[in-house]
Amino acid sequence: MEPYKTHTSIAALMNRSNVDTDQIIPKQFLKKVERSGFGVHLFHDWRYNDDGSDNSEFELNKPAFKGAKILVVGDNFGCGSSREHAPWAIADYGFNTIISTSYADIFYNNCFKNGILPIRVNDQQLAALMAEISAKEGVQFTVDLANQSVTTPGGNGFNFDIDPFRKGNLLSGLDDIGLTLKHVDKIGAYEEKHKKTFPWLWAN
Amino acid sequence: MKLTMYQKIWDSHLVVEAEGQAPLIYVDRHLMHEVTSPQAFEGLRMAHRKVRNPHSILATMDHCVPTKDRHLPIADPIARKQVEVMAENCKENGLNLYDLKNPNNGVIHVVVPEHGFVHPGMVVVCGDSHTATHGAFGALAFGIGTSEVEHVMATQCLPQKKSKTMLVKINGHLPKFSTAKDIALAIIGKIGTAGGTGYVIEYAGDAIKDLTMEGRMTLCNMAIEAGARAGLIAPDQKTYDYLKGKEFAPKGAAWDQALAYWQSLPSDEGAQFDAVVELQAADIAPQVSWGTSPEQVIGVNGVVPAPESFDNEGKRKACESALAYMGLEPNTKITDIPIDFVFIGSCTNGRIEDFREAAQVAKGTKVANGITAIAVPGSYHVKQQAEQEGLDKIFIEAGWQWRDPGCSMCLAMNGDELSKGQRCASTSNRNFEGRQGKGGRTHLVSPAMAAAAAAAGHFVDIRTLN
Repeated sequence: MEPYKTHTSIAALMNRSNVDTDQIIPKQFLKKVERSGFGVHLFHDWRYNDDGSDNSEFELNKPAFKGAKILVVGDNFGCGSSREHAPWAIADYGFNTIISTSYADIFYNNCFKNGILPIRVNDQQLAALMAEISAKEGVQFTVDLANQSVTTPGGNGFNFDIDPFRKGNLLSGLDDIGLTLKHVDKIGAYEEKHKKTFPWLWAN
Repeated sequence: MKLTMYQKIWDSHLVVEAEGQAPLIYVDRHLMHEVTSPQAFEGLRMAHRKVRNPHSILATMDHCVPTKDRHLPIADPIARKQVEVMAENCKENGLNLYDLKNPNNGVIHVVVPEHGFVHPGMVVVCGDSHTATHGAFGALAFGIGTSEVEHVMATQCLPQKKSKTMLVKINGHLPKFSTAKDIALAIIGKIGTAGGTGYVIEYAGDAIKDLTMEGRMTLCNMAIEAGARAGLIAPDQKTYDYLKGKEFAPKGAAWDQALAYWQSLPSDEGAQFDAVVELQAADIAPQVSWGTSPEQVIGVNGVVPAPESFDNEGKRKACESALAYMGLEPNTKITDIPIDFVFIGSCTNGRIEDFREAAQVAKGTKVANGITAIAVPGSYHVKQQAEQEGLDKIFIEAGWQWRDPGCSMCLAMNGDELSKGQRCASTSNRNFEGRQGKGGRTHLVSPAMAAAAAAAGHFVDIRTLN
């Protein structure tokens, strides 16, 4: 995983709530056995017309949002299916930061495994950020994960909370599994105890 | 100290809590299907890692598999490849796989309980949000992403943040014709699809005790639709009777030992929950979703709400766009909504009791003109049992299609899908835009409600049927 670096990028706006992972990446694209190449299918059903051309009504097709790395969205983003294809598609499209009031649980976890920073803000902060983007589409925000801050030209900057463990992993681009395997002795010891306490679990 | 069931399971599975790291939780059972696992196996191979405990894994093929003409090769080459890759991965790692030719094949969350693979007090994961189903047994069961699937294969552990606890109490007894599905939808209607975010829900109350194990699975299955990490129901005699004698259930002296442990699991009397929600069972009518989120749901005797009936801007906007997508006018009676398609099946409502309930309503009826109705058993065992009871004949005589098992139209990635604008009465769990096919319109209902709609051509208040 690429380490997350401070960046200044276009913030794209999707003023929609409860965007589910079926919308982020529709099921017809889940049959691939690779991790890459999902970006072109991101938000497929909204993004393309029936003939395959770009739907000019769809927010992310606006020229001002081209190249955006930051996605500002409504409440409860990423609800529904656990498919990690959703963050794969988001990252492959080019986003590395999402700003919303809330995320579905599994999606939120999946983001961190893929170098995506999901930032939580309150209702007022989100409204102000949305208003700033609407007033000047193409506006760039600066995200500094180390200092847990977002700054905007319109003065709607803020500091955000994030779990220190997850922050560290994003900043270092560290492999989660390697980190767990540092405790392999403790896992082994737990298993020995587990076999004694719950022997029936190991019988089959 | 008085402990909740969640706390007890958490405590018994905590492997290490290191400074500056998320606590590591041990995983007892890992369930798998073809869609969310291939990239995890690829990751293991690339890192030269091995599956730590192959016996903890049970795998099936369900999401992209056809539900008819199963003797033929899968027509879609990408789906065929996914199924082949699953078979290779399981073989290479020595995993127990119920492939398409295996008599145990079916939808993962239907198959696993059939074989007694999940017991009370376990931690269970699967790269599938409906893993919550297994909370019906008093197991902490939750969906994970593919990176986490790889993590569990390699380490048998997961870094986890502790959830808050929510007690959802359903007081009193359900009225006739209301089911576990209606409880699930009524709860989501009340607390919303984000209402349970950050929580593990424990369901309790007389109406929950009354439910069969299959009903409890239906209810816990949809905990995820309320945003919760997991749903839990305290194990009781029904749980033990269900498990006894099953292939992976403990036997002999081990059974007694396990049983004593299971009986220690229910939340202590007076244990504190972070939130409590109560519903009266008597108020729960058969539910029908009208929108594009499971929280957009109402009793069958109700009407489609108007956007202005919501007190917040977000919900008003969501109602407007849902009505536009669903092609519905405010104040339309639910029972006046015509349908084109009916689907009975899925990990929510694809078990034998679901087909019994639906068959009881379908018996002696005919599918209304112009309507396609498909019955998709959750597993080959469900199919076989239904056929032994003659349920297949009831459906077929009524004009239904009787299929082979799979996820089918719950997520419509196997070719079973709606066309643009078609409207479906579905026993599945999600009514998202395009979930059952691009432009398709989904109404979530119980199996009996789906069967009644198939015969009438529109929704029917089953309480008014003879």
